[in-house]
Amino acid sequence: MSYYNEEFETLPRPALEALQLKRLQATVARVYASVPFYRQAFEKAGITPDSIKSLDDLQRLPFTLKQDMRDSYPYGLFAVPMEDIVRIHASSGTTGKPTVVGYTKKDITVWAELMARCFVAAGVHKGDIIHNAYGYGLFTGGLGAHYGAEALGASVIPMSGGNTKKQIMIMKDFGSTVLTCTPSYSLFMAEEAKEESVDFRELKLHVGIFGAEPWSEAMRAEIEEKLNLCAIDIYGLSEIMGPGVAIECREAKKGLHIWEDHFIAEIINPETGQVLPEGERGELVITTITKEGIPLIRYRTRDITSITYEPCVCGRSHARISRMTGRSDDMLIIRGVNVFPSQIESILMQIEGVEPHYLLIVDRKDNLDTLEVQVEVDERLFSDEIKVLQALAHRIEKEIKDMLGVTCKVRLVEPQTIARSEGKAKRVIDNRKLA
Amino acid sequence: MKVEQISIFIENKSGRLAEVTRILGESGVNIRALSLADTSDFGILRLIVNDREKAQLVLKEKGFTVSKTEVVAVEVPDHPGGLSRILQTLDRDGINVEYMYAFVERCGENAVIIFRFDETDRAITTLVGDGFIVLEGERLYAM
Repeated sequence: MSYYNEEFETLPRPALEALQLKRLQATVARVYASVPFYRQAFEKAGITPDSIKSLDDLQRLPFTLKQDMRDSYPYGLFAVPMEDIVRIHASSGTTGKPTVVGYTKKDITVWAELMARCFVAAGVHKGDIIHNAYGYGLFTGGLGAHYGAEALGASVIPMSGGNTKKQIMIMKDFGSTVLTCTPSYSLFMAEEAKEESVDFRELKLHVGIFGAEPWSEAMRAEIEEKLNLCAIDIYGLSEIMGPGVAIECREAKKGLHIWEDHFIAEIINPETGQVLPEGERGELVITTITKEGIPLIRYRTRDITSITYEPCVCGRSHARISRMTGRSDDMLIIRGVNVFPSQIESILMQIEGVEPHYLLIVDRKDNLDTLEVQVEVDERLFSDEIKVLQALAHRIEKEIKDMLGVTCKVRLVEPQTIARSEGKAKRVIDNRKLA
Repeated sequence: MKVEQISIFIENKSGRLAEVTRILGESGVNIRALSLADTSDFGILRLIVNDREKAQLVLKEKGFTVSKTEVVAVEVPDHPGGLSRILQTLDRDGINVEYMYAFVERCGENAVIIFRFDETDRAITTLVGDGFIVLEGERLYAM
């Protein structure tokens, strides 16, 4: 067995839980003192930092929602002065305004360590050449994996996304041994490689670490077969940290170890907010217990999973969450980009000042997610000239691309073609087979 | 001097055109001229009919998006260069033709072309000024 931080990764559960309690108490005290949002929320719930006597007391704390982060845009939930923030990342938000997160120097160090732990759990070592095709930029994927690779002491190639032909050439010529990207992009690369007459069996890749979008066991089998590597699932979200919150170990490949010395995971019933027992499926809620820049208490991830505390063959004592199977809200993940139907709705509203009936059709073609936006043409949108209607369709496509960063195809359809149920239209058809 | 055309949005899938003509036929609406412009996804059917109000009403009832557009019907001498003369006149005055199509019936010795201009009134003034015959809507609907 190999670990990046053996002491903490295999910490016996009683010691791990004692550490969690100590860190939770410190976090609660810190946000109470420095984040007005939390002070108000705690006061409303009748809680002071002294209220947290055991880990069970966590359930008495209020949830933090994505909406709370939006309401605090951009820096309202930061718990340290801006001069202590060394990095800012953001993810897309429903109103076109992103959700902003800030990291202190220590946060970056912790993130790098946790990401390095993930690499080692996936079977990556110093000496590996990591081909990092996660996007670099506001998105946490690229830089998150990058710093982890450097912390581990592996060689990292900062590819970022896109330019697939070049990616394949570099993988081949540079002797990349590890691939990090979204699962769908890995399959897209496999197709592209075929066209370039590059055989993945002749490449040196032995492991791929895939995340940022939901995928299935069937897709894992396909990736492993087509790319001739071991495919590992990684989980993370920018609000909590970025990639590296949880990862499968190569030994078991059964559930993702969530780094419990830095995060406390709960599974709740998304309807009632009640905490569910081990093994039951529900919404993942995460509390950060070491973060300085933007600590979050009981953040509702909206991701649906279950948790198990059973010992793992790899020797890590940290709980495992199962592969994500869906969302408790209507968020879509399209090519790794978070898209809410309401975002598309507000873009359509801005264009004509009225809300047309629309339908989002998500599919996966040639292993890449596709988004088709069907818009009903009513009299306000209609013109007797083709060029006017085509310009309208292109304008919507461009606005969606500009605002959400997702490429889509707009299809103008006749009125009443989009099914309505109880007066409310069905907004999304997801034809991707993920489960 | 203007003619009212109705335009109908139809998706580019089988049976839609048949549906429009069936609805009009069953309502006793007679199609005088038509043109269909299409893209890979959708098309716009443009019609001159004998009864615009009725056509618009019955199509809307069946859920179609319908609009009225003012177009201009011009008599074109039925000999080589007839249409060319009209287009040269328009070009001289800088008037754009958005689209055009031929009328099914002839008007005496002449063919009839339906024009959609970007500046309808100016186009009519130019054409009439140059001696072209611009047909009244009522005459056309009844042709």
